[in-house]
Amino acid sequence: MPDTALDALRSSGRIVVVGASLAGLRAAETLREKGFKGSLTMIGDEPYEPYDRPPLSKQVLLGKASAAGTALPRRRAIDAQWRLGVPASGLDMAGRRVKLADGDEVPYDRLLIATGVRARPWPNEAEAELDGVFVLRTRDDGAALARRMDAGPRRVLVIGAGFTGSEIASACRERGLEVTVAERADAPLVGALGGVIGAVAAELQRENGVDLRTGIMVTGLEGDSTGRVRAAHFSDGTTLECEVVVVSLGAQRNTEWLLGSGLGAGPRGIACDAGCRAFDITGIVTDDIYVAGDVARSPHPLFGYQFLSLEHWGNAVAQAETAAHNMLSESTDRRPHIWTPAFWSTQFGVNIKSVGVPSMGTEIMITQGSTAERRFTGVYGYQGRIIGAVTFDNARWLEFYRHQIESTAPFPPPYPTVDRRAEGSRPVPADFPDPSVPTHGPTVTLSGYSPADRRLTFTPAR
Amino acid sequence: MKQGILTDILDHSHRADPYPLYAELRKTPVYHDGEGPYVVSTYHEIMALLHDPRLSSDQRNRTAGAADPLAEEDTGDSATLPPGFLKLDPPEHDRLRRITNRPFGPPHSPHRIESMRGDLDETVKNLIDDIAAGTSGNGEGTERIDLVDQFSYPFPVTMICRLLGVPREDEARFHVWADTLAASLDPDPTADQAERAKVTQDARMELGMYLAGLIEDRRKNPRDDMLSHLAAATGEESMSTMELLSTAALLLIAGHETTVNLITNGMLTLLRHPDVLQRLRSEPGLAVPLVEELLRYEPPVQLLPQRTPLVDIEIRGVTVPKGAAMWLVLAAGNRDPQRFENPDRFDPDRKDIQHLGLGSGIHSCFGAPLARLEAQKALSELARRLENPRLLEDPPPYRQNAVLRGPRHLMIACDGIRP
Ligand SMILES: Cc1cc2nc3c(=O)[nH]c(=O)nc-3n(C[C@H](O)[C@H](O)[C@H](O)COP(=O)(O)OP(=O)(O)OC[C@H]3O[C@@H](n4cnc5c(N)ncnc54)[C@H](O)[C@@H]3O)c2cc1C
Ligand code: HEM
Repeated sequence: MPDTALDALRSSGRIVVVGASLAGLRAAETLREKGFKGSLTMIGDEPYEPYDRPPLSKQVLLGKASAAGTALPRRRAIDAQWRLGVPASGLDMAGRRVKLADGDEVPYDRLLIATGVRARPWPNEAEAELDGVFVLRTRDDGAALARRMDAGPRRVLVIGAGFTGSEIASACRERGLEVTVAERADAPLVGALGGVIGAVAAELQRENGVDLRTGIMVTGLEGDSTGRVRAAHFSDGTTLECEVVVVSLGAQRNTEWLLGSGLGAGPRGIACDAGCRAFDITGIVTDDIYVAGDVARSPHPLFGYQFLSLEHWGNAVAQAETAAHNMLSESTDRRPHIWTPAFWSTQFGVNIKSVGVPSMGTEIMITQGSTAERRFTGVYGYQGRIIGAVTFDNARWLEFYRHQIESTAPFPPPYPTVDRRAEGSRPVPADFPDPSVPTHGPTVTLSGYSPADRRLTFTPAR
Repeated sequence: MKQGILTDILDHSHRADPYPLYAELRKTPVYHDGEGPYVVSTYHEIMALLHDPRLSSDQRNRTAGAADPLAEEDTGDSATLPPGFLKLDPPEHDRLRRITNRPFGPPHSPHRIESMRGDLDETVKNLIDDIAAGTSGNGEGTERIDLVDQFSYPFPVTMICRLLGVPREDEARFHVWADTLAASLDPDPTADQAERAKVTQDARMELGMYLAGLIEDRRKNPRDDMLSHLAAATGEESMSTMELLSTAALLLIAGHETTVNLITNGMLTLLRHPDVLQRLRSEPGLAVPLVEELLRYEPPVQLLPQRTPLVDIEIRGVTVPKGAAMWLVLAAGNRDPQRFENPDRFDPDRKDIQHLGLGSGIHSCFGAPLARLEAQKALSELARRLENPRLLEDPPPYRQNAVLRGPRHLMIACDGIRP
């Protein structure tokens, strides 16, 4: 039976998107592509039209692209009303209205929340205010940091060696700047990729002239009389002179504006079902509010139905497309967001890619290539199955391992591959600082090639 | 050895239109008739296998005697030259390909192909001018052209010579060797086999000696060509002289017959679709999507006979045993209705055009940027300059070769050749 309410929505409904960045834009484009003819409002607190963030820690810091030149390419015209430079400040779920900080209210029939994350600031506010202390999340951040790097600081300190921190350090070295990286864990990237790969990343940094200090914390930043940062103090009692500090301590979800709205939003993000519909605080799924991108947490059948929050470019795009599709679909035509996580980074001339959820892995096996040559594929295992994979300059194989993950193939892989070396003869502990241990559960495999024909096959616990 | 549909595919009588056979083949995505190779013909399976690290391109992983009617007889090249990276697995493959890429493409040499545009334009112009000069009618009456002999054949060899840095005065000798080697890829049941093998072997030897001399010279007097750069490399990222020789031979062979066929198939397809030919004259930008669609619709490399599994692998319920011969039929995958809408329609406006014509994965065509540019330029210029071209024979006579499939001659009539 045709759904007349849905027809009305498609032809003259009001869809509001909060968060005018990657997920917001791709959702809007998908809505128009699927024939949505109603009104579309894009609300974004940044004054810019949607732009791309990954270049900010790569080409922009190298001076190969300007921060202002990172506008996202448009797939099609979206004919939207743009409310840029104004944050949404509240949500009236019953009245179906988004409140804006300037006092305006925007009514909606369907709402997409794509407010993403922001950089976690340096915890000491006064120190964070010092001239020369940066975070890197926005175009403005990127422009300011690039300008400061142009001035040739004598030393840059990067606090935190996750992907962004490591990329910033890489950019510094490529520009010939002295850089120190301080990391609480024993190596860079351990949170995402574990200690075995972290050790490779550490060597990579040191070989490239980074002064990498691990197992250490920055306890304080010190300014000079003019309010410029001049030094940092470490937990081992040492002090380092530096003119620029980049705080790279991860992200915080932009959910504060939803406080008290009744939506299930908090510091860990906004929980939604696999169809991208947001939960309210009682755990009931809403029918008119959808979530996509970095701010979302959604259950993934392949990974024990855990709620995954993924700060991945590809996830934002795929989830936005699914949310847009589902907004305009009858319940039986809705699709699950069952994108297999995938991530890339470039640093120190190496192309790093991962697929699946390496951090769930307890063991790793180098199935191809060699870590010493910095060209390899590592496969992560969890409870006898392949759960993730990482490649260093070996990305062409990743597609195969994605398929292995989706079909819950056994770990360690029982087959030989081309380029298997001695170090890949058996698995070793993946060495994550705090392995997350989800419960035993049934097995689910994914199949199908296009989003429309992806299928789940459910196999009760073995 | 009776192999049903595979015998038909290899049979020359089906060369002009193998596509109905491929459609038949796709009904059994992994075809195996008991003794022959395992033949994969559906798009998604081929794509997955091209990215599967359990598959080797190295013949040494084949079980001795694995039945394959396309298995190469030992032509002696393995005795004289090590295999090129096309037939190697990582890490050797990756190392050699990486070194070869340094003077060829980004990131180290982003301008190599672009810088060949001038040579390319000039070569195309000269070839068509020669055709114009050689034909009798000069404006009046009908001109007859064999596109293969007069254009498609000489063009790619000239470009490889320029790429490698073969001096112009030696190009003619290079053409003779290249033609002999190309002919050796095309079995001729009527010829004296021993005599043919000897001719091929001689050409190979002479080419090898010539290249060795050239490399020696470039070591002393380097220029800005690929051989000079490859010869000058030192340290870990450099090749031995033998590796360099087999790489140069690989570039010559892999870039020759393939491009010949792309251009010939392209012109044939255009003459069969006059509306597209007409559009190409008025929309120069059409050349880019047109060549992509050609690589899907009439791919010069019809199948890859090179792969061998390192372990038993299961594909669509069929277990392909370790060491077995496998064929990946790119041309069948390119017309898989599960992947492409209206796959048998030639449609240069197709948006979704991830074809298999240049392979995929680590062995995906090394020369792709050059091949594309050559075909785009050649077809645009032929479309522009030939007046009212038409096919004199359809289908044209095809070469024996079922893998590198293409016409032996393409006879065209036209009313004249524009300047
Ligand atoms: C420096 C950097 C490098 C990166 N590199 C990679 C990489 O190499 N690979 C990769 O996969 N990913 C990378 N990422 C991550 C990737 O950019 C994100 O996954 C992606 O931007 C997520 O898009 P989004 O639209 O969900 O969120 P965001 O891009 O964070 O957009 C959210 C938008 O909503 C706005 N907003 C927030 N609150 C409100 C409000 N109340 N009202 C109105 N608007 C609001 C925000 O200001 C922002 O404009 C990188 C990110 C950064 C910062
Ligand atoms: C239209 C023309 C061409 C076509 C259709 C074509 C097609 C292909 C295909 C399908 C492969 C994959 C082989 C495999 O996976 O086993 C390949 C590999 C290759 N091609 Fe091409 N090719 C063309 C032109 C060229 C040119 C002009 C060059 C050289 C300049 C070239 C050099 C190579 C090399 C060196 C390889 C081996 C790559 C590797 O093993 O890593 N090709 N080509």
